[in-house]
Amino acid sequence: MRPVNPRGAWTLFQRETRRFMKVKMQTIVAPALTAVLYLIVFRYAMGDRQVPGLDVDYFTFLIPGLVMMSMLQNSFANTSSSMITGKVMNVHIYLLMAPLSAMEVVVAFLAAAVVRALVVAVVLLAILMPFVGLGLEHAWMVVFYGLCGSVLMGGLGLIGGMWSKKFDEMSMINNFIIMPLTFLSGVFYSVKQLPPFWQQVNAFNPFFYLIDGFRHGFLGVGDTNPVTAVWVVLVAVALCVVACWWLWLTGWRLKE
Amino acid sequence: MTDMALRISDLRKTYSNGNHALQGVSLDVPEGSFYALLGPNGAGKSTMINMLADIVRPTSGEATLFGRDVFNDKAWCKRHMGVVPQEVAFDPFFTAREALRITCGLFGQKLDPVWMDELLERLGLAEHADKNARQLSGGMRRRLLVAQALVHRPPLVVLDEPTAGVDVELRRRLWDFMRELNRQGTTILLTTHYLEEAEELCEFVAIIDHGQLLTARPMRELMREVAGSYLWMRYDDDWRLKEVDAESLSDFQPRVCDGLLCLTLTRSGQHASSFHAAYDAAVTRFGPPLDAGVREEDLEDVFLRLTRENQA
Repeated sequence: MRPVNPRGAWTLFQRETRRFMKVKMQTIVAPALTAVLYLIVFRYAMGDRQVPGLDVDYFTFLIPGLVMMSMLQNSFANTSSSMITGKVMNVHIYLLMAPLSAMEVVVAFLAAAVVRALVVAVVLLAILMPFVGLGLEHAWMVVFYGLCGSVLMGGLGLIGGMWSKKFDEMSMINNFIIMPLTFLSGVFYSVKQLPPFWQQVNAFNPFFYLIDGFRHGFLGVGDTNPVTAVWVVLVAVALCVVACWWLWLTGWRLKE
Repeated sequence: MTDMALRISDLRKTYSNGNHALQGVSLDVPEGSFYALLGPNGAGKSTMINMLADIVRPTSGEATLFGRDVFNDKAWCKRHMGVVPQEVAFDPFFTAREALRITCGLFGQKLDPVWMDELLERLGLAEHADKNARQLSGGMRRRLLVAQALVHRPPLVVLDEPTAGVDVELRRRLWDFMRELNRQGTTILLTTHYLEEAEELCEFVAIIDHGQLLTARPMRELMREVAGSYLWMRYDDDWRLKEVDAESLSDFQPRVCDGLLCLTLTRSGQHASSFHAAYDAAVTRFGPPLDAGVREEDLEDVFLRLTRENQA
């Protein structure tokens, strides 16, 4: 686990951040536009309605969830697209041939995923904040859940990219696992609006804690017990990072 | 005793589909040598190289690089080895110059801009250095792979068919550059299907087939001791080598090469060869030829003979 090549890890981090900056329209502008479209649609569909159980209007409720959802999806996309493109173009062999430890590779990939998520979040908030009086009640929660969410999704993207052999398989993971979990995690509704059974089911979705905790940081109210949420998120992140490290170390689906 | 850059001992690889790609190959590559690793497609050359490069897991066996264990002291060994992979690999997001910068950084080295420019120049990539890798031709991409293998100045360079798809002029320039690096002390392990070039460039040669080592020795020794000569005879277009003819000439391993009858000559003593016996036997069978001559076997002939014998 000792660092063997900090310069190599830094180079990999730079490579991964430069990659998404080279296609800004696709990686930053497009997610921002999608989030704005969601807001416009829901704004007119829901009007000035309040969210049941929370003393907040629907528009204000929606913004932090949308920002967090974009962060989660973009951190996932950063690592997963890099891995699958690398495998299809055969460039991943340079990571296998380079004198990098598994932890260095994982840290570099995840750090770049976090940077992309942060850039998207900043752009989105800069666009949306002028239209709504969104406060910042607990800054630590915003930072904590923002970082943990990006690391978790970056890690899942890395694992998905390692598993996939072609773009179709990657797309399958994205459309059938990641999208449903993020959409059904309380971005567009409060969990208190759900029937009791589905509230119980939601308790097993780590994305729900991420989005609720992130929103709690802005609004000062949320659906979950903050202590439970912190533990659930920390355990999920730790498991994911260890899994990434172990899978890279063993060359899972990378080395024959 | 000569120091070895690379020592491979009883290296084996069995893939999950049961294919025994490498069956106990042992090889010593002397430090500072230009070494050819030859074999037909699927012989196990790339599997061996990929195991050294940590792209494929070995099933068993050992390898040392300048005395360090390749499979247990990976970071050190990777820093001291540059590999040109057989399959073209390029990152569609970056230019050739950026690709070199990234590769150098991944290997933990600070980029030497003078060396990078020299690599680009010597490999004929200088004027394409700021083009995206997607815009480069197949030959250029392959030369970029060579530059990426050299950018961190490794003392051992492994070239897995580096000239496939590269035109004659650039191939010559590449070999001149490799010779120069070799003279400066870089050990070079080369696989290629251009056997003429291998014969010209390399001091040592190993031939593998079906995952087994057929021979590994200095090139001159191989050519002196294994390469022979053969008598070729041309008959008219209707001439065919029938089974019964082949049987009667079996002492000379008769075969048809490019429409010619070829008979292997053996040497007895210092000067005498079986030339007269072979010639007389063929004339007795088919009559006087339209044309005839004797040709020394080159590396390609030896390679084909050894692999054919192995397959038989």
